[in-house]
Amino acid sequence: MHDVATTHDEGKGQYFWVWGVLLILTAVEVVLAYKRVFQPLRMLEALMMLSIIKSALIIGYFMHLKYEIAAMKWVLMIAVVACLCLMGIFFADAFRIVHLGVR
Amino acid sequence: MSDVAVQHGIAEAYEPSLFGTYSKKIGMWLFLLSDSLTFGALLFAYSYGRISNPEWPTPFGKGSITNATIMTACLLSSSLTMVLGVLAARRGDFRWTRWWIFATMVFGSAFIVLHAKEWNGLIGEGMTPFKNPWAPNVPQFGGTFFTLTGMHMLHVTIGVIYLGVVALRKKFLPVLLALWLVIWLMTPADSFFHIAVHVLLVGFVVATVVLFLKPKNYDAHDVEIAGLYWHFVDLVWMFIFPLVYLMSTRV
Repeated sequence: MHDVATTHDEGKGQYFWVWGVLLILTAVEVVLAYKRVFQPLRMLEALMMLSIIKSALIIGYFMHLKYEIAAMKWVLMIAVVACLCLMGIFFADAFRIVHLGVR
Repeated sequence: MSDVAVQHGIAEAYEPSLFGTYSKKIGMWLFLLSDSLTFGALLFAYSYGRISNPEWPTPFGKGSITNATIMTACLLSSSLTMVLGVLAARRGDFRWTRWWIFATMVFGSAFIVLHAKEWNGLIGEGMTPFKNPWAPNVPQFGGTFFTLTGMHMLHVTIGVIYLGVVALRKKFLPVLLALWLVIWLMTPADSFFHIAVHVLLVGFVVATVVLFLKPKNYDAHDVEIAGLYWHFVDLVWMFIFPLVYLMSTRV
């Protein structure tokens, strides 16, 4: 049995918790989608929200970003937010096209 | 000299880093940033087609969703073993580091095998990048699916090779060559993977060049950076899984 890490920030335990939460969130996603609990638009929103939470956990804990300095966090998170905003614009446009039709 | 400076955490012999950490890590984060834009573009293109097209096929039944969920669990577990490997490397325990990296590679390979089986199943049902049997009016279903998941599978494969090189260094080269040969011989000649397996050969050539041109003992920093890449691959799947599979379930 090996020792708990004696470095600055964390022990092994929290990684198992994060892994457990990620598995649970995945199960929630699968059940929501398989039972078709929501209409497609709501379903997309719900799945995206869950995916963003999962990403935040992976980036923050597994990729260790939570323990980096602020400058690093800002640079990376602004890029991620930019991607998500782009996604929002594309999705909205795609929904619009369904209603407006194509000429 | 710079290695000595790096061993102590921050290179005090030089100016302090703007981002508070060593250059290799910053470099890997910047690469991941660019790669996330690549996957972002593919995801946006796929999602636009998916949402704007009411006739988009929804062929993923119980078997497919179960398979994809197991694949997701494999990747999440591989991320866990990877982070435990990074912790072990930081402790200086390189024996355990290697075992955790092997575990990560096993989970990653399981993902690839399950995904390849799924692809073979879909191809067997008549799906190609240009047409599919479920929606003749939506020919782009195959193209978007295979591009998105294929690009991801390529990243996973490269990740497994990368991890093998970090864990075993030159001893990994014969393993990689053997894998390439065995998979090439075991796949039928008309299977996509009979051609795609040559990625392993390309990886072998690149790994050989890197290992012989710049031989070094990979330290905790190198393991951590490999870990960052691996978590990124998992991250991308966190978006592909719901957008491609869960939005197209066939109940």
